[in-house]
Amino acid sequence: MANKDIEARRQELLNDGYTEVYTKTKVLTDAVMHYCPGCGHGTTHRLIAEVIDEMGIQDKTVGVSPVGCSVLAYNYFDVDFQEAAHGRAPAVATAIKRLNPECYVFTYQGDGDLAAIGTAETIHAANRGENITMIFVNNGIYGMTGGQMAPTTLVGMRSATTPYGRRVDLNGYPLRMTELLATLPGTYYVTRQSVQNPGAVRKAKAAIRKAFENQKLGKGLSFVEILSNCNSGWKMTPVAANKWMEDNMMPNYPIGDIKVDGKIAEGITAERLVLDHPLTVMQ
Amino acid sequence: MARELKLMKGNEAIAQAMIASGTDGYFGYPITPQSEVMETLMAEKPWETTGMVVLQAESEVSSINMVYGGAATGKKVATSSSSPGISLMQEGLTYLAGAEIPCVIVNVMRGGPGLGTIQPSQSDYFQSVKGGGHGDYQLYTLAPASVQEMYDFVFDAWDIAFKYRNPVLILSDGAIGQCMEKLYTRDNIARWTEEERRQHAPWGTWGKPAARGHNIITSLELESARQEVFNHKLQAKYAEMKEKEVRYETINCEDADYIFVAYGSSSRIAMKAMQMAREKGIKVGLFRLITLFPFPTKQLAEVAKRVKGILCVEMSAGQMIEDVRLATECNVKTEHFGRFGGIIPTPTEVLEALENKIIK
Repeated sequence: MANKDIEARRQELLNDGYTEVYTKTKVLTDAVMHYCPGCGHGTTHRLIAEVIDEMGIQDKTVGVSPVGCSVLAYNYFDVDFQEAAHGRAPAVATAIKRLNPECYVFTYQGDGDLAAIGTAETIHAANRGENITMIFVNNGIYGMTGGQMAPTTLVGMRSATTPYGRRVDLNGYPLRMTELLATLPGTYYVTRQSVQNPGAVRKAKAAIRKAFENQKLGKGLSFVEILSNCNSGWKMTPVAANKWMEDNMMPNYPIGDIKVDGKIAEGITAERLVLDHPLTVMQ
Repeated sequence: MARELKLMKGNEAIAQAMIASGTDGYFGYPITPQSEVMETLMAEKPWETTGMVVLQAESEVSSINMVYGGAATGKKVATSSSSPGISLMQEGLTYLAGAEIPCVIVNVMRGGPGLGTIQPSQSDYFQSVKGGGHGDYQLYTLAPASVQEMYDFVFDAWDIAFKYRNPVLILSDGAIGQCMEKLYTRDNIARWTEEERRQHAPWGTWGKPAARGHNIITSLELESARQEVFNHKLQAKYAEMKEKEVRYETINCEDADYIFVAYGSSSRIAMKAMQMAREKGIKVGLFRLITLFPFPTKQLAEVAKRVKGILCVEMSAGQMIEDVRLATECNVKTEHFGRFGGIIPTPTEVLEALENKIIK
């Protein structure tokens, strides 16, 4: 349905006496998103937009989009935006913030972008304690290019470049960037969240809000990993993909805060930070 | 600082000019023979005086992308490096050109290929003016031949960069970067105020006021028809540069039977060789390129009509000579003379090359 048709239908319902309880936030544009139905990108975009709206910082926010599924994020957020080269968003965001300290600067990156080609930029931005917010959507796969293995692909998980499952002897281990970054003194807030059900969405939003609020403090980098399904890449229905994510992704990538206010979160042990034996999944 | 006579290295001149020209940010990574640029900036602490940001990045890949991020907010942002580091920056440079972001990049060339040598060379001509990164794009490329020009060209680079919304490359070499010469400084230009930034860069991403739509900086356009239109726009911009922004210098070309064509350090050596030739009664002139892109095609072709031969002098295996031959349409005998691997030719060698390759 075109936007004008949606608006007409909305007016019609309001005229019929319906009460509006949920609307599109004004920080999202009217552009129709290209994301696959059921993917976590749409929800995550909305949560970021709501946080920007609620904090009243639309006129001070600059986003940086990656290369990958969310390369076109700049079309969906009604804030100033830059599109970075593959993996370079943290370097790009570093300079935006350093030269415009009054701005709220965030990167939005996937696992291929952030954890493979952009590893150096990510680690060094974090280690410098850049006062930015990084949103990291992890679906364990390269979605945009057709479902190839990512650094986050689970052991045993099939992808276009691991058709028989990821093998440790050939491909190494799944990379847990979030745990790794939590060990750096430059990070102030490090958390892993997900968006597959209403409870998870609420927690993810609170985390994103905190990650943006932290920019006021100037105490270091805030990093929010969001686990998402990639139902088309995983070749499952959205519902089955969410179930598979809970059963397989979450044991390898546990949900929750890892570092809060510059300190390792309560209950996070050395064993939790260092996952010696990644679980093997069977597909 | 006001107009003063100073003695400094070419690399220091770059750093001083950045501060004096109101540069907002510099992001770099150490590499010989240009490390003095960042060292000078760090020692000068311009963040305490002009408010300029200076940051050492983790790689040239990062520093060029920091230039992208900072410059795309409409601020004056620069970097410098030397050949291997500039190779690493090629991805960033094509993105900068594709997103039409004004910025200044300095390459203090050293010998290659690979890790090569830390001594001076001019073998990055192709990389500078024939692409370097992927896609059809051009960097406005200035070739300083003295410490004074290292300083002055930074000011000129900002004017061109913002006039055309295009990256500007200052292509120097280790000899100019390392040598000490006198230079006259200029009056400081203050960094732009918030208002001036908005005026010079209405496309910048500094946060969207309610009154305007969101500004997007990207080099992506998936729709081929629109991507072609955009490419035509870029080509029109480059054509305008060719029309209006060509810079060169002619010395003793009016009565010359032969000319040297050279830029940067080689033009200084060719100048001496020219004087030696004149003392021997050989009428030699010098056509010095100041802009490598846009190349002074028409102007060189005009001079070439009156001479019997051209010797291209470049510290390379012969890169610039291709553009010289294109300019003259091979209507006049044109040969190359160069040394590699960080060897700087002597004026005597250059004169001998003229006599052996052109006059004989």
